Order: sequence, then structure tokens, then C-alpha cells
Amino acid sequence: MEEKDKILDIKDLDVSFRTSAGTVHALRGVNIDLYRGETVAIVGESGSGKSVSMKAAMGLLASNAVVNGGQILFRYKNEAGEIEEADILKKDKKWIRRNINGRHMAMVFQDPMTSLDPTMQIGKQITEGIIAHLGVSKKEAEERAKALLEEVGITDAEKRMRNYPHQLSGGMRQRVVIAIALSCDPDLLICDEPTTALDVTIQTMILNLILKVQKERGISVIYITHDLGVVAKVADYVNVMYAGKIVEVGNVNEVFYEPAHPYTWGLLSAMPDLETEDSRLYTIPGSPPNLLHEPKGDAFAARNEYALAIDEKEHPPMFKITETHSAATWLLDPRAPKVEMPEELKRRIERMRKEAE
Amino acid sequence: MQKYIFKRVITALITLLVITFLLFWLVRIMPGNPFPSERMTDEAIAAKRAEMGLDDPILTQFVRYMKKVLKGDFGKGTSLFNGAPIHTVLNKAIANSFKIGGIAILLGTFVGLVLGIIAALNRDRFWDVFCSVFSILGVCVPSYVFLIFLQYTFAYKTTLLPYFFDSSQFLKSSIIPSLSLSLFTMSTIARFTRNEMIEVMDSDYVLLAEAKGMYGYKLITRHVLRNALIPIVTVLAPLIVDLLTGALVVEKIYGIQGIGKLMVDAISGEGIDYNYVLALGILYSSLYIGIMLVVDLLYGVLDPRIRISAKGGDQ
Amino acid sequence: MTDQDFVLLKDRNIETDTNYASMPYWRGVFKRFFAKKRSVVGLVIVAAILVLALLGPVLSGYTYREITSVVDEETGKEVVARGISPRIPWLHKLLGKEDYTDRFADKTFLFGTDDLGRDLWTRTWYGARVSLLIAFVTIIIDVIIGMTFGLTSGYFGGAVDGTMQRFVEVANSVPRLVIVSVLAIFMPKGIGLVIVALLLTEWIGMSKIARAEMLKIKELEYIFASRTLGAGNFGIIFNDVLPNTVGPIITQVMFSIPTAIFTEAFLSFVGVGIMLPQCSVGSLIEDGFNNITTLPYQIVPPIIVLALLMLGFNFIGDGLREALAPKLEDM
Repeated sequence: MEEKDKILDIKDLDVSFRTSAGTVHALRGVNIDLYRGETVAIVGESGSGKSVSMKAAMGLLASNAVVNGGQILFRYKNEAGEIEEADILKKDKKWIRRNINGRHMAMVFQDPMTSLDPTMQIGKQITEGIIAHLGVSKKEAEERAKALLEEVGITDAEKRMRNYPHQLSGGMRQRVVIAIALSCDPDLLICDEPTTALDVTIQTMILNLILKVQKERGISVIYITHDLGVVAKVADYVNVMYAGKIVEVGNVNEVFYEPAHPYTWGLLSAMPDLETEDSRLYTIPGSPPNLLHEPKGDAFAARNEYALAIDEKEHPPMFKITETHSAATWLLDPRAPKVEMPEELKRRIERMRKEAE
Repeated sequence: MQKYIFKRVITALITLLVITFLLFWLVRIMPGNPFPSERMTDEAIAAKRAEMGLDDPILTQFVRYMKKVLKGDFGKGTSLFNGAPIHTVLNKAIANSFKIGGIAILLGTFVGLVLGIIAALNRDRFWDVFCSVFSILGVCVPSYVFLIFLQYTFAYKTTLLPYFFDSSQFLKSSIIPSLSLSLFTMSTIARFTRNEMIEVMDSDYVLLAEAKGMYGYKLITRHVLRNALIPIVTVLAPLIVDLLTGALVVEKIYGIQGIGKLMVDAISGEGIDYNYVLALGILYSSLYIGIMLVVDLLYGVLDPRIRISAKGGDQ
Repeated sequence: MTDQDFVLLKDRNIETDTNYASMPYWRGVFKRFFAKKRSVVGLVIVAAILVLALLGPVLSGYTYREITSVVDEETGKEVVARGISPRIPWLHKLLGKEDYTDRFADKTFLFGTDDLGRDLWTRTWYGARVSLLIAFVTIIIDVIIGMTFGLTSGYFGGAVDGTMQRFVEVANSVPRLVIVSVLAIFMPKGIGLVIVALLLTEWIGMSKIARAEMLKIKELEYIFASRTLGAGNFGIIFNDVLPNTVGPIITQVMFSIPTAIFTEAFLSFVGVGIMLPQCSVGSLIEDGFNNITTLPYQIVPPIIVLALLMLGFNFIGDGLREALAPKLEDM
């Protein structure tokens, strides 16, 4: 196997927010790796910290955020084509904006209806970044923007350049946002629930578009999503996040076919499926813990049907299952009783396997 | 767009006409006569009424009155200024009020904007707290209280500034009234600007602009200010009207012969001067409607969302 | 860590945890309201002024129109307590200062007396009472008028709404001052004029809120449901829509009360409001202004009361608005 080039390496990221209600410990030691050209999905319920970790990587944390520790190492190709490494957490905002944001790391946000400036023409919103980062002339930037709009599937690009956001549909706007993200040929594209706010039919089109540009340009992509359907379609690796920690990580096959963490079992069981025998859709009982009051032991224990006594005392470490697959649950400890995933989920995974073949 | 402007202008004109007619009608159905009649005999009064056409149908009278008004002639006062022509008195009063009010608006808007922007950029730090304390003060204390305070300290205790308005030393004597009038505008604008800016700064599109690599001055001017300042136009409109038409009490206390003082004199004296009330009512209403109209149209020009939809719907 | 730790936890409730457990709507509003320092401060200020406005005049032992005087034993002439600056004899003594030597040495005047010899403490709180009363009465009537108008307009929509909104537009285009001046022609000056002037202007804001709320709620499903179940027009307005407008309307009231107090103060100052010997915050400020060169302390209490009232109600209004529509905290 050839040596893979790690593009993003988040180590023990620990972030909290000062709010009027108290300090919210949103990220409690997050580790995420991403290799060049690959796609990683971060999955979890809302509030699990998936967006926060990516905003941290972009240097976009809100002003009430406090970084308690960790590293975000980002390796990108500089102008000369050499690989350069930077720890985002050590750089100031200005440096990040100038050298990273939009240039080497770009982001697509959840809601295209609100993520474009309502008082600025589409064309200008695209060229703005190009001019700032690449230092080209306005005309050149406009040519480039037009080509980008065509690349993301917007017809009549010339005319659309002069439109304002409210004149476009949601799907079109998300295409524009993607065009903006691609405008300076970034190394890494972060998509924060890029399709959640869109109609189902448009969702597929946008996903395919991202897949297409990723293949053509060879960029690495991080998906933040709670939709396992999207994950199965696009990701190489999956990080399952719960209450500010990664609880299971592995490649798509491992996480989907051999899930080890009871939380992942729950997520997979909760996926809508046409053939589920039980007509009632499974839901994980309870709701994620409020990180204002940090849980003792395993944060998931309270909702876990397979919780062990130790779960209430100590947080489980990551247990390695294979080279790429590990999970943070005491069930993997040799001393733990042998617990199998629920029968219903087993059958469901069997069906997924068959479908995939 | 032209069609939209045309429609708005027509609506404004009709509204104004309706209000003017209502005012005219209300004043005319009043008992008593719109001229000094205390020492006149009944026959003389009847003759005078006939001469002035006061027994004609109300519409005829209204049309006659409006024809004159359009030429700038508001008739004569009944008790104020010994029946001097209203328009000469009014012209002087408008000039005074507009000058003092104009300075107050410019001062208030400028300082308010600057304060609001500084506060928003230094959220939760000293300037932000300062701005919020200042705007609370400006909104909670009437402008005439500031005036009394300034007058007492700078014109009574010390004699740095004139105690009353004196048009021969205009600049010096406009400091106290303009300053006290501007405080309300200043604090309203400061507070509004701050809140608008913070809302925009927290918006998704500013986050996207930052994700694009925009920062500092460029981010603020291109994405934040533009979006934050458009709505400010709407709060500015009523403030402008209030100030241009002279804060009544301020003019009364500081002895400024402006429209506000004229209005106070017209309604609070022994006998109410109907003609002045009518003329000033028309003046106030047209200013109010006129400025609202301008702001409305300006808003349409500034905000592309309105501009486009007014064009006839491109959506 | 022992093997004992590695046993499945049995027979235990899978917690549906309490973090996000639903809280009744109004309890949430109260909690958010009282969590803000500002709202509490506003509430305390307003409550304090209300108490003082009710009890202040009683406690002083004077009435608002009573002129304090003593009869000079030698000359038999009446001496009036004119223009006495604030004094509290026992506190004065406590501070070790020399006793007052004039005829009113034993009398307490917390805020002093005015140029006619009336106790300013009593007059200030009496004035506050009048101002508040005017504000409350007019705002309550305005709420009724505004809500009725707005709800009807919003509910029926179409031509009814169109006509009613044209009316609002015209009414809204008449400057308040013009309304006051025309009223001054028709009505005797005094409290009545102030109340009518406020009635004619303040209802518009309420009607806009009520109409907007109506339009919003009208489209919701549960209204549709109650209509299919045969609820009549007015039944729907009163049972389904009205409760939902309570929040925004109360907020608007909190902002309208200071406007009313401000307007009253201004009209009284101009001389078309409260007439002597009645007093309100506004007329007291005017009195104070008239005597500013001789009795400069006289203007201070009414100004402070006015400013505090404005402040208190504005704080409460702000707090309510935020409590009713909480923003998610930025993360």
C-alpha cells in the first residue's frame, strides 16, 4: 500500500462555549483523520458537536468559544506546489482567512436560502473570493466565475451572474454556494449538511454534483450529516459522534456491516427502511445529554440498553477492532459479557449487504 | 419600477388630500368664526361670513382654500400676530425649525451610526456597554429635559452660550437646542445600528463570506454594513419628521420662533387660532407623508429584493 | 476497576432524560424573563414606583394641594412654607448639624416644597399616580380597540381587510401633533384631551400586531381543524387566536405605556394637558422649569421619576420580547 498523505489531522480537540446558562463543553477530545482524495462523513444527532468541530477547522468558531486543547493539523499544497502544514488553532483569524479559508479549505453550509448575501449579485459573490485569493483581474475572475457556474450546472451563467440570491431557487443557490467553495480550487471541501434543507429530488442532484467535482478535481471532502443514506452513498470513512466525542470510526463497510457501538446500532436501526418487519420506526430512547452538565462515565450510558456498570463510572477508551475500525464502548473489553447486536438489526444489515452486491 | 413609484406617489397624494379635507372640515364645523369677531355686531359678522364665502357648501370652500394654498397662501391668522398673513410667518418659522432640526438630524445620525458601529464591533466590551447606557439615557429622558439641563448649566450658571435663541448669532444659539434635539435620534440610531449589525454579523451569509476568506474592513463594508444599514432608513424617517417639524417644547423653552412654537401658541393660548392650526396641520401632514414616501422609494432602490419585485416580479 | 464493573445493568429505566423535557410554554417564558438581569431590574423599578405612587402621598401626611403654613404668634400673620429645600430634621440632627431655625424646623419635606408651599414629595408621587393612571386606562382601551380591529381585519381578509387597512394607512399618516391640535379645538384642555389623543394614536400598533398574528395563525392546521369541527368565526377568534396574541400584545403594551407617559408629560408641559391644581409628572417638570432659577431642586424628582418609569417599562418590554421569542445560543 502506498504511503497515504494525511490532509487533515484533528487531535484531541476540546472546545467549550461560554453561554449565559453556563459553560457548555461541546467537544471533549475529538480525533478525526482525513487522507488526500478521500471522503469522511461525520455522523451524529444535532448537538453532538459535528458542526462545531468543522467550524473549528475553518477557524470560524463563534466568539464565545474557548479552545481548551488539541491540534488541527492541515496539510495543503501551497502556490509552489509543495505541501505545507499548519496548525489552525495556533494561527490568528486574519492569517486563516487570508491563507486557508476559501483558498485551501472551503465550506458549503446547510441552508442555501440564508447563506448568500441578499444584497450582492451572484457573480460578485463568486469573484470576490477569487480576486482576494488569486489576485487576478476582475475580468479574469468573472470569466472564471462563469465557468464555475457552468461546471455546477447552472444554465445561462452569464445572466445569472447579475442575479440576486432571492431570484434563484434553493437548489440553484446551493449550486452557487458550491461554485463559491470551488472557486479557488481548494484541497479540502467541508459540506455541513449540504442537502438537509432541500427537496429530496434536488438532494440527489446536489450530492451527485459534489461527487462529480470531487472526482474531477481530486479534492478531499468532509460531510457533516445525520442522514446515513447520504453517508452510504458518498463516504469512504465514517466517524460517529456522540456528545462531543467520536464513539466509532471505520470505513463505510465496517461501520455499516459490523457496527460495534450500541449508539451506532441505534442509528442504523433508526434508519427508515422499506422492509422493516416492525411497522414502527425504531428510535433511540431519550435525547442527547445537555453538555452544560457533563455526564460522568460514558455519555451514552443513560440511553444505552446494553450499558455496563462501569459505563456509569468511567468513559471507555477507543478499542481497536481492525486497522481502520475502532469504537469506544466497554462492550469490547475482554472482561465484558458478550453482547450481540439486536436480531432485527442483523437482518437489516443482511438485507443491506445483499442490496449492495 | 417607474410604475411602482407612480403608484406610491399617487397613493401618498390621495392620502394627503383626504387628511387635508378632514382637517379643513373639522375646523370649519367649529362653532365661532375664523376671524376676530369679539367686537363685531351680528350684522357685521354675517356680512364678513358672506364675504369670505363661509356659507357656501363645504366642498366649494375646500376647493377655494386649496387653490390658494397651492399658491402658498394660507390666509390670515385669527388671533396670532394681529392677523398677519400666515405664509410670511410660516416661512420664517420653517426656516428656523429646519435649520435647527437639520443640524440635529445630521449630528444625531452621524454620531449614532458611528457609536452603533463601534459598539457592534466591540460586542460586550466597553464601547458596547457605553453605547447601551447612552441609548437608554437618550430614549428615557425627553429632549426638553436635556435642553433645560444644558440651558441651566451653560447659559444660566455660566454664560458661555445664549440663554434664548437669537437669530443674529445663529450658530452660537443653535448649539443648545440642536444638541438636545439630536440626543434622541443619536441613541435610537446607535441602538438600532448596533442590533442590526450584530444580527447581520451572526447571519449565515456573513459566515459564508468568512469561509470564503473575507475579513476585517472588506467583510464589514461589503457584507455587514450594506445589509445592516438598509433597514436604518426606515427608523430614520419618523425621526426626521419629528425634528424638522421642531420639537414643540424645545422651541417653546428656548424661544425659537419655529413651527413647533407656532403650534404651541396656536393651541395653548387663550383663543385657539383655527387658521394656524389648519395651515400647520397641512404642513405637518405633507412633510410626514412626503418623507415617508421618499424613504419608501429609497428603500426600494437600496434593497434589491424590493427593487426586483417592484419591477413586476422576476421570481 | 473490577470484574464486577463488567455486568450489564438490568432492570433500569432507559432514561428519557430531563434535559430537553418539554416545559410548559408560559413557564419557559417566565424562566427566560427572570433569567435576564435587565428585566428584573425593570420590574423592580416599576413595582417600586407603583408602590410609592400609591403610598407616597399617604405617608407624607400632606395632600397634593395642601399649602403648608403656620400662623405667626406675634403678628398673627400666616407664614407659608414657600420654597423650602429638602429637609429631614432627624437625619439632620443625626449628622450632627445645627438645627433648622425657621418656623418649619420640625417638619419633614423629603423633596422640599414648591413656590406655593406644597410638599413636593407628595406632589411627585401624586403626579406619578396620575400619569400612570392615564397610561393604564388609555392603553387598556387601546388594546381592546386595536385587537378588535386587527383581528377582524386579519380574519376576514379580502375586501374587508383591504378597506380596513386603507383606513389604518390614512390614520397612520396623520401626525400625532395634528391630532392633538385638532382635538384642542374641540375639547377643553385637561386629562380628557390627553386620554383621547392617546386613544386615537396608540391603537394602530396593537391592531397591526393582532392582524399579523391572525394572518399567521389562520393558516395553521389546528385552526383548520376547529373549523371543520364547526367552530364559528368568532369562536375561532376568541378560542384559538386570541391566546396566541397575548405575548406580543403584552410586549407592545410595555412599550406603549412609556410612550403614553411621555406624550402626557409633553402635552402637560405644552399646556394642554393636566390643569392646576392637579398635577402629573409632565406638569411637575413644567413647574420645576418655571422655577428653575429660584428653586433648582424642584425639577429633579419628577424628571427622575419620568426617566425611571421609561427605563423600567422599556426593560420589561425588552425582556418580554426576548423571553417570548428566544434565540438559540450561538455554538
